[in-house]
Amino acid sequence: MPADGMTGLMAGTQGDIMRRDRNQHPPAFTPQYKTSVLRSPRRALVSLEPGPGENAGPVFKARILEPLDNDLIRNYAQAEGNHGDAQGERIIVHGKVLDECGRPVPNTLIEVWQANAGGRYRHKNDSYLAPLDPNFGGQGRCMTDADGNYFFRTIRPGPYPWRNNGSDWRPAHIHISLFGHAFVQRLVSQLYFEGDPLIPFCPIIGTLPDKAAAERLVARLDMGNAVPFDALAYRFDVVLRGRRQTFFENRPEGM
Amino acid sequence: MPVEYLKETPSQTGGPYVHIGTLPAFAGLAVRTQEQPHIIDGAGERIRITGLVIDGSGTPVRDALLELWQADAEGRHNAGDFSGWGRAAASSETGEWMFETVRPGVVPWRDGRPQAPHVSLLIFARGINIHLHTRMYFPEDAAALEADPVLRSVEQAGRRATLVAERTAAADMPSYRFTIHLQGDAETVFFDM
Ligand SMILES: [Fe+3]
Repeated sequence: MPADGMTGLMAGTQGDIMRRDRNQHPPAFTPQYKTSVLRSPRRALVSLEPGPGENAGPVFKARILEPLDNDLIRNYAQAEGNHGDAQGERIIVHGKVLDECGRPVPNTLIEVWQANAGGRYRHKNDSYLAPLDPNFGGQGRCMTDADGNYFFRTIRPGPYPWRNNGSDWRPAHIHISLFGHAFVQRLVSQLYFEGDPLIPFCPIIGTLPDKAAAERLVARLDMGNAVPFDALAYRFDVVLRGRRQTFFENRPEGM
Repeated sequence: MPVEYLKETPSQTGGPYVHIGTLPAFAGLAVRTQEQPHIIDGAGERIRITGLVIDGSGTPVRDALLELWQADAEGRHNAGDFSGWGRAAASSETGEWMFETVRPGVVPWRDGRPQAPHVSLLIFARGINIHLHTRMYFPEDAAALEADPVLRSVEQAGRRATLVAERTAAADMPSYRFTIHLQGDAETVFFDM
């Protein structure tokens, strides 16, 4: 290590998370999605390399999960003391979580939430006229395994109308939340279903400037993993920000 | 040809029902009702942080979800049992949110300079297409705030104050108030780290 006040190269202990490519994401201000108008910062974000705290992140242990957390068909009814299944088209959603360098992201928490088969959320603020399903809560969790793979079982959610341009319709979608292993890898998104005719009309998908980026939010029908006489399968891979390898770090003069 | 990397999955808004997946008891589901992720246990001085997220019309955002990330009292991340992580919902009536945690210690910046104690916050809500990342610092640390390498990187010195909480009167523990402005003259500094 060089003496104080010298410029030199020193090895870092842990690689930085790579810059976020903001072109892959929606901008904050997207007037076609009206709620964004008053909720979008108007000044430029302050860009910085992440510090040690931002390169680290919360750790969730598999022991926080309950056995049915990744089974949205059964987890709510069971919590309520019933034993019925949720209504709707039974599906398995599975895939791999990778980082931008193509490395699997193991042992990371995934949270999902969604409307029921009729497009109604079990939320105190959802008053859509479609009925609640007594056997469906619409929330689940799972962890990726050592190779970054995850899966959960659910029903295909219904589309629903919302106030935006009069009655816009959301395509069927599942909300998904991922942590990765660094605070700045955090990602919340939504997955859509291959072939849904509502996708081109959705103002929220329309917030994405890049059509190719929107395509990466579409889960693909995966007949090979369908469970005979039980559930169809959809494949949805997720990519989180990558971590650079550690070579050398500049040691700034006088620091 | 440059080396190809995968592209990050695009963000989409958490939407108005974000609580179902993140704070199901708050959404009204009778599951995980004992969880209190807005309370972070650990050794050190207990503190309370309350606040609001204010939209461009001056109205509190009543469907926001906040996540907090911080070092322990010794300035360490992921040391021992201290999770360093919390999550809180804005009240559906008032937009108020609250965390109870421990006062964070000093974490060095990339170059070894000390940072002033702070917590990092992420904000998710309907109408927020990609979560917002900010920091809350403590008003008592005047000298450390002056020297903080992240605050100093905010070019407009007048905007740095948007990251410093107010101390409020409370009998039981030191309490802080942090108002996050999404827009306007007092727009909070948000980071791209
Ligand atoms: Fe939704």
